[in-house]
Amino acid sequence: MTYEFLQQYWWFIVSLLGGILVFLMFVQGANTLIFRLGKDEEERSLIINSTGRKWEFTFTTLVTFGGAFFASFPLFYSTSFGGAYWVWMLILVSFVLQAVAYEFQSKPGNLLGRNAYRRFLVFNGVFGPLLLGTAVGTFFHGAAFTVSKDAMGAFGANPVISQWANAWHGLDAVANPWNVILGIAILFLARVLGALYLLNNIDDAGLRPKLRRQLLIDTLPFLLCFVAFLVHLLIADGFAVSETGEIYVEPYKYLNNLLEMPVVLCLLLLGVVLVLCGTGMTLCRANFHRGIWFSGLGTVLTVLSLLLTVGYNHTAYYPSTADLQSSLTLANSCSSHFTLTAMSWVSLIIPFVLAYIIYAWRMIDKKSLTKQELSQEEHKY
Amino acid sequence: MNEMIQETLVGWSRSQFALTACYHWLFVPLTLGLAVVMAVMESIYVKTQDEFWKKAAQFWQKIFGINFAIGVATGIILEFEFGTNWSNYSWFVGDIFGAPLAIEGILAFFMEATFIAVMFFGWNKVSQRFHLASTWLTGLGATISAWWILVANTWMQHPVGMAFNPDTVRNEMVDFWAVAFQPMAITKFFHTVSSGWMTGAVFVVGVSCWYLLRGRNKRFALASIRVASVVGLVGILTVMFTGDRAGIQIAQNQPMKLAAAEGLEHGGAGAPFSIVPGIEVPKALSILATHDTEGVVPGIQDLLNGYTDNEGNVHLSADEKIRRGRQAVNAFAEYRKTVNKDSVTAIQARQTFEENQAYFGYGHIEKKEDLVPNITIVYWAFRIMIGFGCLLTLLLCLTLWFERRGTLAQKRWMQHWGVWSIPMVFLAGQAGWVVAEVGRQPWAIQDLMPVGVAVSGISASSVQVTFCLFLALFTILLIAEIRIMCKAIKNFRMED
Repeated sequence: MTYEFLQQYWWFIVSLLGGILVFLMFVQGANTLIFRLGKDEEERSLIINSTGRKWEFTFTTLVTFGGAFFASFPLFYSTSFGGAYWVWMLILVSFVLQAVAYEFQSKPGNLLGRNAYRRFLVFNGVFGPLLLGTAVGTFFHGAAFTVSKDAMGAFGANPVISQWANAWHGLDAVANPWNVILGIAILFLARVLGALYLLNNIDDAGLRPKLRRQLLIDTLPFLLCFVAFLVHLLIADGFAVSETGEIYVEPYKYLNNLLEMPVVLCLLLLGVVLVLCGTGMTLCRANFHRGIWFSGLGTVLTVLSLLLTVGYNHTAYYPSTADLQSSLTLANSCSSHFTLTAMSWVSLIIPFVLAYIIYAWRMIDKKSLTKQELSQEEHKY
Repeated sequence: MNEMIQETLVGWSRSQFALTACYHWLFVPLTLGLAVVMAVMESIYVKTQDEFWKKAAQFWQKIFGINFAIGVATGIILEFEFGTNWSNYSWFVGDIFGAPLAIEGILAFFMEATFIAVMFFGWNKVSQRFHLASTWLTGLGATISAWWILVANTWMQHPVGMAFNPDTVRNEMVDFWAVAFQPMAITKFFHTVSSGWMTGAVFVVGVSCWYLLRGRNKRFALASIRVASVVGLVGILTVMFTGDRAGIQIAQNQPMKLAAAEGLEHGGAGAPFSIVPGIEVPKALSILATHDTEGVVPGIQDLLNGYTDNEGNVHLSADEKIRRGRQAVNAFAEYRKTVNKDSVTAIQARQTFEENQAYFGYGHIEKKEDLVPNITIVYWAFRIMIGFGCLLTLLLCLTLWFERRGTLAQKRWMQHWGVWSIPMVFLAGQAGWVVAEVGRQPWAIQDLMPVGVAVSGISASSVQVTFCLFLALFTILLIAEIRIMCKAIKNFRMED
């Protein structure tokens, strides 16, 4: 396997994990609806117990996404995490709060009271997708960092290779409204997926009409933000890499990438159509509850294709606005040929992992969750 | 001034990582140990079909669940802190260090996440055998996770299987198997995981003793003690055996850590083991470190000033290592400057660099005294670990003995001891990590990269803020967890 192939392969894996992560953020989206749709304790408990059986998949995917990025593109890990410090810290705090909230919220003696932990879930539900979306926005619009590998060669001076060019350390991402628009799009997408998931996973006559109404309410801002972002992307300048590794700004770079990579373009179109199909069919047909599978798969494909657009075809996937030549590309930020090869062998386990996840998930979710089942459950949140 | 800022930043970054790791290690060993206890109980249930064992397993699963969530929460911070707070580290060794973390996610975390859901919610949905398999797989996932994170940690203590590439300015992996299965990693894995079994077992014994003191759930308590004592004794025997192996490996690979743990200023052949200051066992340290009564164990001053080891190898003084390290750093800088401009100078610089490469890390050390870790902390942490470990061994032997003879329910002093052993086992575990990690200082990666070069380019005040945030958050969550557990234990009723 050539070094270039391995770089592309690992960008594909990381992008796929990114897509699956955004899909699994239906957990976050659904949690934002706990107080909005759950009008009594039974309904709130249903929502929490429904997402509570899936939250660890989202959490684990986030951790694996981080681990895979570290193993395959360590310069991104060191530059973005060490530089955009505040953004990542806020994201992490929100996920810490979520992790304990499920188990603690209904237990006697939990110190802060049930509603405090439920608000943690809502906090994570809002800020998790919003901040992650905003952070991913910087893949397209750049971030203020510099990379100098010579820093390690000076005794006594600052030895840090990757430096952030301002004191905001990642919070400056909001200065570019398009980053925020992507964040908002991801937030409302998570809510759309959340509503679709709950419709599929909970069989409750009281909740279902409310979920359908909510689906419509959230679909509109999602579409507005997503279409605006997509149009902006297609007409925006992008960051290209020359044969010699020089980074330069190219007009319509992302549009060109899609046109030059028809498979990726098809994936994007198919993804968008599936998201719309899942949502549309659920809104139009009263007894249709399988929208999450269409929109979920569509989300994976859409995010995957967008990340492939920003990484493939000689593109700098993490551009620097402070020093263009510091921008990160697949070639200058990846692990060694040896490590990428070794990790590629490891990646062959992924289909097996996916298979047992699907099997176990099906065993647990054979029937939709009901109030009756919840009342008889030996272990519940 | 710049130096002072850097020192403050390094100090706070270390504090934050230590805080996260210490909290994380409160929850993880309990997860590892309870996983075995509850899986054994469920296995007995499946074999005997006695509902008693199902209820017993379910109770410990409930405690496991409360503890698991907070372990997961602190774990995610730990992984990402390598990037957020140790940015230079992430690049300098990310080519090697990232792989175990990714494999941990793919192999272990998904296994845990999948089967823990079946374990908790599948009682009425899957077959008994599938449920039992899920319970074991949940524990197996946690154990595999421990393997890979300990592989990563061991690599920081003893970096192997890599080569430095001055063109990419990082260490690159050249031997995956050497990284993943080096003997020190195997020792560390069994030492750490079995200490987790011990923690879970002592916790179960402690809680069960509390029930005996209160005079309730007697059958449940005695049955739990029986299972936990066996699990704990297997754990503690493994801890002892691997501890012995670890002593020899540390003596070979991290002699300064061993010298600090012993407070040994001047070593030599037939070195004594210090029990506490002023009380020594002659030649015992040489036996522990070399399995030879006359084996040479270097002291702190020997390591700083140079010494000759058992095989007659001469070890350079710290000053000489620092001098050669500076040569390596300067040659590296020269190479980087000239590599694309002046090939003759670049070749010469690279040659000088390669001659002194082994000491590259020392080139960033300011003075030789910086090579000595905090002796007081390491010395006492080592004694807490071993002292409490001995007391806990005795506890588990006695509880098993009295339980088998049917007299444990009458021995109130034993029951009190059992309850008080819970904080003891956690302190022993914390102390073990303090020895391992404080003893490694000033290195982020032994002999390769000092912590001062590993940090991120952020302000110390930013790290102070996040340190305080995490301190408050983790402390509140710990208090909440303890309260929830206490309530769950207090409210649990099981007829005899």
